[in-house]
Amino acid sequence: MEKNEILKIVNDIFVDVLDNENIKLTDETTASDVEEWDSLNHIQLVVAVEKKFKIRFKSDEIRSWQNIGQMVSSIQTKL
Amino acid sequence: MFAQLKKNLKKDFSGLKQVKIAILGDSATQLLSVALRGMGYDHGFDLDIWEADFNQVERQVFDPTSELYEFAPEIIILFESAHKLVGKYNKLKPEAYSTFAEAQLARINDIVSQVDQRLTAKIIFYNFTEINDSVFGNYANKMEASFLYQLRKLNFGLMEYAVGRSNLHICDLSTIQNQVGKSVFFQPSIYVNTDMVLSIDVLPAVAQQTVSLIGAMYGKFKKCLILDLDNTTWGGIIGDDGLENIQVGGLGIGKAFTELQYWAKKLKNRGIILAVCSKNTESVAKEPFEKHPDMVLHLDDIAVFIANWENKVNNIRQIQSILNIGFDSMVFLDDNPFERNMVRENIPALTVPELPEDPAEYLEYLYTLNLFETVSFSNEDTERTKLYQVEAKRTQIQQSFTNEGDFLKSLNMQSVVEPFNKFNTPRVAQLSQRSNQFNLRTVRYTEPDIEAMGKEDDTYTFSFTLEDQFGDNGMICVVILKKETDDIAFIDTWFMSCRVLKRGMENFVLNTIANFAAEKGFAFLKGEYIPTAKNEMVKDHYKNLGFDDNGSNTFLLNARTYNNKACYIATK
Repeated sequence: MEKNEILKIVNDIFVDVLDNENIKLTDETTASDVEEWDSLNHIQLVVAVEKKFKIRFKSDEIRSWQNIGQMVSSIQTKL
Repeated sequence: MFAQLKKNLKKDFSGLKQVKIAILGDSATQLLSVALRGMGYDHGFDLDIWEADFNQVERQVFDPTSELYEFAPEIIILFESAHKLVGKYNKLKPEAYSTFAEAQLARINDIVSQVDQRLTAKIIFYNFTEINDSVFGNYANKMEASFLYQLRKLNFGLMEYAVGRSNLHICDLSTIQNQVGKSVFFQPSIYVNTDMVLSIDVLPAVAQQTVSLIGAMYGKFKKCLILDLDNTTWGGIIGDDGLENIQVGGLGIGKAFTELQYWAKKLKNRGIILAVCSKNTESVAKEPFEKHPDMVLHLDDIAVFIANWENKVNNIRQIQSILNIGFDSMVFLDDNPFERNMVRENIPALTVPELPEDPAEYLEYLYTLNLFETVSFSNEDTERTKLYQVEAKRTQIQQSFTNEGDFLKSLNMQSVVEPFNKFNTPRVAQLSQRSNQFNLRTVRYTEPDIEAMGKEDDTYTFSFTLEDQFGDNGMICVVILKKETDDIAFIDTWFMSCRVLKRGMENFVLNTIANFAAEKGFAFLKGEYIPTAKNEMVKDHYKNLGFDDNGSNTFLLNARTYNNKACYIATK
């Protein structure tokens, strides 16, 4: 799957989990750019992404991402 | 789903029952707290949750000036996780392994006792989910020092410890893990990163069980199971297939239905009222109960049996009116999605499980729903079916009398009037949780409350039983009087079981307490009506009994000039 396709799906997940229609993710987006994206919601986002793509992240992956682009790369390597 | 529970948080909680809850845990509990509040909304609760900081169980409990005591919760959830339990075991010297469970129980006892001393709060303790560290292999089962042995011993010890402690309830996390499987229950990557031991997917199940317990504490629980017959209680259609061909016992997939019937029978033995609602000719529907050798359920297990060709909505309404309990305390099992939907649409308060298509899966599915939560059990529970059957018989006799007085006289009613004592305390507490309709103020008291009240000066307690020629109803009414001034005795509590309506019990009770008040030197009895969603039936209770309106839903009766009202109940 292309990265931009993955990004679009991830964007939908963020909109749904964080209940905010205005979220527009880019590769450079970080947690500090999205108001609702705190450590608790992060867990929910991770689990929702895992479910959507039917993948499991490794424990250190979950804490290693600096931005959305890295998360998307993680996803891509598992598909 | 967790996301839905979380969305509930944005809804309007006004008008819902507020309950203050403290969560003390040794793992991250923030999402559990979200799930609980969201689930509370679905069950009509506005849960006001305070979470202790991470890993502060002991500090909060043993420091009398802690935030816990300042918050003064009504319920405390103690969530010590199995993962932290392993951690504690790991740090022990090997010679201490064998006494680990014992030491933990002693520690838990210290916590519970400390809370009991300072608060009247109830405690919900999550038991420990099983972790087998596989150090001893299967030998762990016969090796006292193994972690598995100690964990199971601790869980069993908790059960023993909770027996007889009406303030402590165990929430069975271990069963939830058994039902969903450990791989669903626990997600290691999340645990390692956040110290959360519950996966997002299992949070709703944990919240559901917890809120069911809370609901039961506040009088919300199921009292009745209504069964459809064809393809629900047995396989096949009795009217078409005939007695020999319905599937129950050895025939076809009869095993599934037999096991379901045993489950219903156990519920009945526990005190859940069983009723039948079936589209059938009555005599045909009853035939298997009377004649089929493999039927587990018999007619005397069924309190109300309705089989006809009317629609089920009306029939369930009829069952409700005979039993006189709320729709929200009834569960309806039916294999037919059409019937289920029709009933659901017309009686939204009724619980109608979405049974799986395959009858083989009925029972496992029903287990996971945990429909019949309770926080108490008394011997009278087991007699309930008989009581309701007797009530049906009484109704028949009544129809043969034209004069109500003659009918009541013929019943030879007798009542035992006693203050609260250690024998009737559990039943008083249970009725206090259970009575919704005939309940003037709906102040709920627990067993410890009731015990304490027996010792208070200026509080006068009354329990009433009622028996007649058909049988003994047991304790059916409770009144608590409190001295308000030298002249006024305030009726703090008056509730009565709806089983004994229209028997003159109200008059008998008023005679008893008015005479008592006059003897004690009070000039007036003062009553109050606090409206709830369910007690409309007693809105005019005091007015009907001759009290004078005293404004703002209070009423006064002159006890000194009171003349006994007519009634046909004798003091036993």
